[in-house]
Amino acid sequence: MPKQSPAPDWQDLALGTAITEPGSSRYQRTGDWHSSAPVWDLDKCIKCGVCAVFCPEGCIAMRADGYPEADMEYCKGCAICVCECWAACIAMVEEKE
Amino acid sequence: MAERKGMEVSIAIAEAASACDVDCIAAYPITPQTHVVEHLSEIVADGDLDAEFIPVESEHAAMSCCCGCAAAGARTFTATASQGLALMHEILFIAANLRLPMVMVVANRSLSGPISIWNDHSDVMTERDVGWIQVFAENGQEAVDLVIMGHRMSEDKRILLPLMVNFDGFILSHMVEPIEMPTREEVKRFLPDYEPQQRLDIDNPITMGPVGMPVVYTEAKMAAEWAVRDAYKPMVEIMGEFEKEFGRKYKPVETYRTDDSEILFVVMGGISETAMTWVDKVRDAGVKVGLVRFRMWRPLPVEDFKKAIAGVKVLGVLDRHFSPGGPGGPMAQEIKYMLYGQDHAPKIVETVVGLGGRDVNFIDFDQIFDRCKAVLGGAPVPPFELIQVRGGHYGKA
Amino acid sequence: MLELRFHGRGGQGAVTSAELIALAAIAQGNFAQAFPSFGPERRGAPVMAFARIDQKQIRNRTAVSNPDAVIVLDPHILHVANSSDGLSKDGIQIVNTMRSADEVRKEYNLKGRLITVDANHIAEQEIGRVITNTTMLGALIRATGVVEKELLIDELKVRFGRIAEGNINAFNRAYEECCVEEG
Repeated sequence: MPKQSPAPDWQDLALGTAITEPGSSRYQRTGDWHSSAPVWDLDKCIKCGVCAVFCPEGCIAMRADGYPEADMEYCKGCAICVCECWAACIAMVEEKE
Repeated sequence: MAERKGMEVSIAIAEAASACDVDCIAAYPITPQTHVVEHLSEIVADGDLDAEFIPVESEHAAMSCCCGCAAAGARTFTATASQGLALMHEILFIAANLRLPMVMVVANRSLSGPISIWNDHSDVMTERDVGWIQVFAENGQEAVDLVIMGHRMSEDKRILLPLMVNFDGFILSHMVEPIEMPTREEVKRFLPDYEPQQRLDIDNPITMGPVGMPVVYTEAKMAAEWAVRDAYKPMVEIMGEFEKEFGRKYKPVETYRTDDSEILFVVMGGISETAMTWVDKVRDAGVKVGLVRFRMWRPLPVEDFKKAIAGVKVLGVLDRHFSPGGPGGPMAQEIKYMLYGQDHAPKIVETVVGLGGRDVNFIDFDQIFDRCKAVLGGAPVPPFELIQVRGGHYGKA
Repeated sequence: MLELRFHGRGGQGAVTSAELIALAAIAQGNFAQAFPSFGPERRGAPVMAFARIDQKQIRNRTAVSNPDAVIVLDPHILHVANSSDGLSKDGIQIVNTMRSADEVRKEYNLKGRLITVDANHIAEQEIGRVITNTTMLGALIRATGVVEKELLIDELKVRFGRIAEGNINAFNRAYEECCVEEG
């Protein structure tokens, strides 16, 4: 079991169980869900950014040199980027123990 | 005090919503609620009310739209009936649990199988668990007053819940009767501008309606339970303030000529007034009988009810809906819940009347009263009975 | 309390008649109700509408089953509707017919005192259409005096706007021309 923050009593829930802190989903480190990771073949990458657009976690960012990079703290290993890449330059690689 | 004017009750309700200066109306027309939304759309189209009228493709969409409007911080109004309310079902829970203030009037009508456009309480009684505040009107004036009070209650910082005003389809919705319509200025004095406590705002983003994992869902439900229960006190307070402003008194449980009655009838909604006329008639003949009526249905006013029936020997309960193969009518079920295990609890004669527009008249009241008298005289309490059915509830005699 | 029952066909304005009489009664300071025999509106089908007028608040919301006055908007409706049903002891019936009271009473076995008026003819001439609801109100007011004539004319003006004149003329003519049987 991953560690969880202490759950609130009902009296401490926000009105209507709303989440009042913007961007709080970053506390959910979904990176530990993945068993394989996307690896870019930068010789084939055309820097279009489609992988970043389609990433459901929003964990792919474009680096200063224009190439994409995944933040493995949040990458769930879903491989949607692999399916969407026009240049077919992404491959999922099994992570070693 | 406003002048008494002859109006159709549906039109009066639309005028009341307009006097409340609502911001958003999302509604789909359905008999017998149609005149309410037709008239409101006219008021908006004529420029007499600065509001967004959203014609939607279904009641499911209507209630979803209302959630959006309320979440954006708008004073929100809608109306429906029967199948329309049933189609809203899943969204009703969401409106309540997101704590979105809004007022919905329901022109109570039976649910299909067979198709029926006429009045009973099967639509609202199948929505008892949705977490809304539910109140009942007995005449046109009360429907108007409850719409006005409803917005104030719904938006009160101590309540913040959606509120359903029930008024009987046709029996009330299509009735022309005298109504004192408060002016917009009078309503404004009683109903201040809406100040949302929490709303969708791009400068202060929040997430409404996130997943409630098993670790938090139970707590969210507890919060919903207390939200409705805690609405009781501020609601009573607001009824008191309404009386001060408009001179008309409302109570969570209403009574009529209950003094030294050994038998009381328990009714709800539009048949209450006919029942009062019947009580007057039999009281004039020297028979001690009175009425108890639920004005407030959620939160269930347990203590008020117990007080209203204290010392009574027999209750005749007249439900307008029942659960097939189940424990009879909803009012009777809940009354039993309130009284179970209590010393000297009255005996309960459970009846179901007025289904799908069947007129409830003095003959029916007389019949139920006869059963109550028999029980008072020591006869065993009969099982729940559909009074007006041809062929008899338990087979032909 | 005065209880009224209107018999007509969908589209003939029976409900409007009931509403207008209730509105005029309320304007006069009385209490009143008006309501249709609840159902889907179907043009041509036999319909009923009801009204109650009293000096005190009216609470009874059941259908009117023992009317003091019955208004029959369409002579042919008597073939299908029993207008005498439940008529109170001193009840009256106001019937749209070109025939005499005796003749219609005999044919349909009508109870109560009869007031007859040829409303089809009057409506045709004054309104240009055989819509008899406002015409029949003239005979009703004449027979019962339940509301002041002028208050009812005010309601006709509000309801019918620019086409009110024909309706008012028809109302006035029926008031004058109806035949009231002696009680």
